[in-house]
Amino acid sequence: MAERASFLVEARGVSVALGGTLALDRASLRLEPGPRTVVLGANGAGKSVLLRTLHGLIAPTAGVVAWGDVDGRPARQAMVFQRPVMLRRSALANIGYALAVNGVAEPQRSRRAAAALARVGLTALAGRPARVLSGGEQQRLALARAWSLEPEVLFLDEPTASLDPGATAEVERVIASFAAEGTRIVMTTHNLGQARRLADEIVFIHAGRVTERTAADRFFVQPGSTEASLFLQGEIPW
Amino acid sequence: MFEIFASLGEALALIGGADPALAGIVVLSLELSLAAAVAGAAIGLPLGALIAVGRFPGRRTLIVTLNALLGLPSVVVGLVVYLLLSRAGPLGSLGILFTPAAIVVAQTLLVAPIVAALARQVAEDAWREYEEQLTSLGVSRLRAVPTILWDARFSLLTVVLAGFGRAASEVGAVMIVGGNIDGVTRVMTTAIALETSKGDLPLALALGAILILVVLAVNAGVFAIREWSARRHG
Ligand SMILES: Nc1ncnc2c1ncn2[C@@H]1O[C@H](COP(=O)(O)OP(=O)(O)OP(=O)(O)O)[C@@H](O)[C@H]1O
Ligand SMILES: [Mg+2]
Repeated sequence: MAERASFLVEARGVSVALGGTLALDRASLRLEPGPRTVVLGANGAGKSVLLRTLHGLIAPTAGVVAWGDVDGRPARQAMVFQRPVMLRRSALANIGYALAVNGVAEPQRSRRAAAALARVGLTALAGRPARVLSGGEQQRLALARAWSLEPEVLFLDEPTASLDPGATAEVERVIASFAAEGTRIVMTTHNLGQARRLADEIVFIHAGRVTERTAADRFFVQPGSTEASLFLQGEIPW
Repeated sequence: MFEIFASLGEALALIGGADPALAGIVVLSLELSLAAAVAGAAIGLPLGALIAVGRFPGRRTLIVTLNALLGLPSVVVGLVVYLLLSRAGPLGSLGILFTPAAIVVAQTLLVAPIVAALARQVAEDAWREYEEQLTSLGVSRLRAVPTILWDARFSLLTVVLAGFGRAASEVGAVMIVGGNIDGVTRVMTTAIALETSKGDLPLALALGAILILVVLAVNAGVFAIREWSARRHG
């Protein structure tokens, strides 16, 4: 019998060249089921590219991204982008579309779409055209859409970057509850308070390289790499 | 100069009196142009979106061919359709030469490339915005085609409108395959050409005025729909 993979997704020596720059430089990272991972690093360090590459949106120039299996199939995954794109239809229909594309038939489709909206507190806006929702509402809708697909791994790229404190707290609450139900969270943020609140472990990236991976409570007290400690002191590490 | 104003006066009288022969020509023109716009859109919209979103062998060739078709002289299209539909031609058994159906066929051939080329532009812009998100949701490129067409529906309305305008203003091909038969295949453009050559300027002018009014009205309608949709859907 084949050995059951113990990881959900793994990058092995992944390099990504984009427009002449090496956005990822032999990055390796193995994500097991469990902890909430927050990826930190300066602007342009390669956080977004790492998430996109793990998610399968960017093909590595070198190295491999491997998806472990859960019950004999690759782990289900979803991603929430910093600026989510909504289709020109209602909030509810946006979730229904994602479910339909993934083979969920009626009547489960409507039931799951409504449940996902309720989950992020958007039931009252179900019929509203998605593209006229506010930034915070769209971000929550994107979370609901991703969650409706029942992902085992959920990538979030700066999910609260342009939100006010109230909306940020709301989105953090939703992310924490997804994690509590067993969804593997991998996210980036420039909000260190948020990283403290949500992270079990920190992956630090500098110039396309994973310089360290440390338990969150350790990282903020005693980071393991010079780049990370400079970053935490608010200095520019180059 | 005076002659033009006199003709204009008579033209207004013709329109005001709702001359039945005139009305018949106008209605036939609108029906055929609408049919051609719908058929051209049915071919051109999916084709344009498929070219915008798809990655398949022959894509570049298709783009070049399509662009070449844009510049195709309409009389040549008329001639080809004539040859295809003529009694000895491969489609001669259909027996539709010199009928309104032949006009629709020729107009559709002229409209489809325009719609496809413009739709490709619209769909490419939409795809640039949607690609990452849709791919992330597990949407294949083929599945993205109807999604993009539906999401860009209000912009594409303008594209179909351009196709309708092309069909409504076509003379050469329509003359060749329709034959400008009174009461059967005489449309606004061919009637204008005929009446002008016969010297009946009032009728020609009346038809010209109606043609412009119709195009204006359709444009205004589409503009209103776009304004409304932009406010409602963002
Ligand atoms: N499509 C692209 N074409 C060319 N270069 C790119 C592209 N995408 C990213 N890069 C480059 O790759 C590097 C890493 O980018 P990335 O977006 O991952 O940074 P980041 O860590 O997410 O930064 P930020 O905190 O600003 O979001 C940067 O130098 C960036 O300029
Ligand atoms: Mg980024």
